[in-house]
Amino acid sequence: MSLLHMAVLAPFLLALIVPTLYKQFRQIHTGWFVLILPILLFTYFLRFIPLTKQGDVITERADWIPSLGIHVDFYVDGLGLLFALLITGIGSLVVLYSVFYLSKEKERLNQFYVFLLLFMGAMLGVVLSDNLIVLYSFWEFTSLSSFLLIGYWNERERSRYGAQKSLLITVLGGLSLLGGIILLSIMGNTFSIRELIAQSGQLMDHTLFTPALLLVLLGAFTKSAQFPFHIWLPDAMEAPTPVSAYLHSATMVKAGIYLVARLSPVFAESGLWLWLVSITGLITLLWGSFSAIKQTDLKAILAFSTISQLGLIMSLLGLGAAALHYDSIGENLYVAATVAAVFHLINHATFKGSLFMVAGIIDHETGTRDIKKLGGLMQVMPITFTIAVIGAFSMAGLPPFNGFLSKEMFLASMVNVLELNIFNMDTWGVLFPVIAWVASVFTFIYSMIVVLKPFTGKFQANLLDRKPHEAPIGMLVSPIILALLVIVFGIFPNLLSATIIEPAVTGIQPSLAADDFHIHIAFWHGLTPELFMTIGIIAVGFVLYLSLPKWQKSLQSLPERLSLNVLYDNGLRGLERSSASLMKRLMTGSLRTYLLSIFLFFILSLGFTIYWKDAFTLDTKHFAPIGFYELIVAGIIVAAAIAILFAKSRLTSIIILGAVGYAISLFFVLLRAPDLALTQLVIETISVSLFLLCFFHLPLLASRKEERMSFRLNNALVSIGVGVIVTLIALSAHSNKLFDSISSYYLENAYKEAGGKNVVNVILVDFRGLDTMFEITVLSIAALGIFAMIKLRLTRGKDPS
Amino acid sequence: MKQNDLILQTVTKVAAFVILLFAVAIFLGGHYSPGGGFVGGLMTSAAIVLLLLAFDLKTVTAILPIDYKFMIGAGLLISSLTVAGGLLFGVPLMTHAYRYIDVPLLGHISLHTAVLFDLGVYLVVVGVTMTIIQTIGESE
Repeated sequence: MSLLHMAVLAPFLLALIVPTLYKQFRQIHTGWFVLILPILLFTYFLRFIPLTKQGDVITERADWIPSLGIHVDFYVDGLGLLFALLITGIGSLVVLYSVFYLSKEKERLNQFYVFLLLFMGAMLGVVLSDNLIVLYSFWEFTSLSSFLLIGYWNERERSRYGAQKSLLITVLGGLSLLGGIILLSIMGNTFSIRELIAQSGQLMDHTLFTPALLLVLLGAFTKSAQFPFHIWLPDAMEAPTPVSAYLHSATMVKAGIYLVARLSPVFAESGLWLWLVSITGLITLLWGSFSAIKQTDLKAILAFSTISQLGLIMSLLGLGAAALHYDSIGENLYVAATVAAVFHLINHATFKGSLFMVAGIIDHETGTRDIKKLGGLMQVMPITFTIAVIGAFSMAGLPPFNGFLSKEMFLASMVNVLELNIFNMDTWGVLFPVIAWVASVFTFIYSMIVVLKPFTGKFQANLLDRKPHEAPIGMLVSPIILALLVIVFGIFPNLLSATIIEPAVTGIQPSLAADDFHIHIAFWHGLTPELFMTIGIIAVGFVLYLSLPKWQKSLQSLPERLSLNVLYDNGLRGLERSSASLMKRLMTGSLRTYLLSIFLFFILSLGFTIYWKDAFTLDTKHFAPIGFYELIVAGIIVAAAIAILFAKSRLTSIIILGAVGYAISLFFVLLRAPDLALTQLVIETISVSLFLLCFFHLPLLASRKEERMSFRLNNALVSIGVGVIVTLIALSAHSNKLFDSISSYYLENAYKEAGGKNVVNVILVDFRGLDTMFEITVLSIAALGIFAMIKLRLTRGKDPS
Repeated sequence: MKQNDLILQTVTKVAAFVILLFAVAIFLGGHYSPGGGFVGGLMTSAAIVLLLLAFDLKTVTAILPIDYKFMIGAGLLISSLTVAGGLLFGVPLMTHAYRYIDVPLLGHISLHTAVLFDLGVYLVVVGVTMTIIQTIGESE
């Protein structure tokens, strides 16, 4: 247990004592206690920056299940550190914000902070684990705690729906990730990511490589809300706003991004990876930005915008994989894509976090998030407006904010695709910049909607429940810090480049030397094609935004049909309905049907086995000669058995059944089994008397007429089938005796060893006495059961008759 | 009208003892000739059932004041103790021992722990059969 382990475990430990703190100090908002931890962790992780800057990696190990090769290996490199800083940094701001956002009196704060801390710890575990199984455990922990946080207001139906949806989708991805991990461990014979990366060259040729790639990507795509698994994210907006800001913009949705980035060195050599990641990212980017425009709820716009920005980062990571296909790193344009991805990841966390907090403030102060009701808040909430402007302009990619830089780098990478001459990129590659450009126009439009609709225009006080005023300063601190970061990163991007981005990019593409791509970050000025694209985006976007009222109506009628939610809802309902109807059809409650299926399965499985293995043999060598008496007794039994089928009264059936039993005891006599014959005789008598007793007590209902068994073809066929199968198996088993019987041992030793001459009895009480022991136990249970059934009738007292 | 079953009752008085003796005979002879605890127990209960048929439950309970459920328990106890007895002598479960001894009047006979086990079986079988028949007979 190192300090690093303690750092990851600390949120879990604090979560343990949060309820006590909540109960003990009711006057103090619980969030204040919680706030200490992420700040401590943030400063702790800051200390790693000088180390990772030099390319050092810090590794710590603790044993968990060493026999299975599962160790809790944590390691800090540039990529892990970047995420750890995001998690703890934004975590601190979100906790501070939530202190002012959530009411001390009305909310169950203990639950909120326990869930939030669980999430924080799980997220740290995901980004710092080297062992894939440990990573998976934390991964599912994030799904679970996110489920709890989305459903925090569990009295609301929409919250429960959103929580269920997100859990179903992310756990589907989580399980497929587990499959991918297992395949990876089979291929590389290790769970360690670094060891897998070290042998990535051999893994490429393994047959399991493609399935593992697909499964891992499915996990990453569901978690990061990529198309078509993005549908859970807008519904997760039912969570409290601090949760949306933290989980659904800055951290959890980036877990998938992290996974793709982390496993890039393992998979990126494959063209499938490049195509899947970049195309999925682009589709998500386009679809998310397109869907964001038609939303009227602020948080829904931000949710779709998150989806689209995640798609952007994902597509950049996909293109970054192309870097591995070029030897000359010096002029490698595709490393720039990875740099852009990492840079935009940081930028997105800052501006999206602040925008969510702005949305929360508007909701908190006006009581609504509907942009149709909001307007003219600029005068009432000037500070909030300023933050919103900074965040939204950065999101739209306007200078001088950080979004502008990363958007430029993004467009540059997309343009560079045209020069990529691998995997048929030269033919379809032209789509990349086009999609990117169109999506950026959409992004511009919804960014303007976010900032202009609520804050400009006419102030409609009558539509609002409360009288809006500026938020308390405590609530504003976190978004102000984030907005300041947006500006600082925008003006001084090189603050980040050497300290954080470079080590992170080395984490994603470890084959690169540290100083080769240094220039790309520093180089961000010049009259490049992407600058003209940005000018085009602003011009077209501005025109489209101004004409928005004209075409938004037609937009709103279109997308409902195309929504994937309909598919999800119908799919879920169809699944429930079809399984219900299947169960209804299979589980009829009729014993007759169940017996029929049991026997059918018996016939089919055994019959198929006999046929498939060609198992039937008939060998008459061991057959004994058939005696005269045996023929007669067999004849009696067959005749009696058939007669039972056609007996009209039950009494007759019982008597004939008795006849069968006595005939069998005759068989025992003929086959020289006196003990069996004796027992069979007595038992048959007892059971026939019991049958008569049952028969005597059958209720005499008018409907219960004594009649012959009705004939059903199904039943006849199944019973004949069972008979035939059993006969075939018996014949073949008799013909295939591989070994002699052990009975000779008993015959020889019954007197010598056990001092008895009745071999049957010696076997029963001596050689195999334990069987007898438990058979008499069975009898005892039966007797007590009958006693209990008859004596302990609870209904007796109520029914005097 | 009370049925007169004098003949049945008189025959029963003789026959029940014959059946009982036969039952004991096949129980004790089980190790050497067909029979044993199971059939012996069934025959014994047949004798008691015959008594039940000829007289009635009350009378038979007065003659044989036995709770057959205890008999089941006793039988299981004897059998399981016999099974476990081997452990006392450091041999595996279910190890039997026997020895031939000369007894005045009876002559050269063997004593076998398997008989104890069989006695358990016998008691359980009598107990089970009689519990079932008595319970069903008493129910209305």
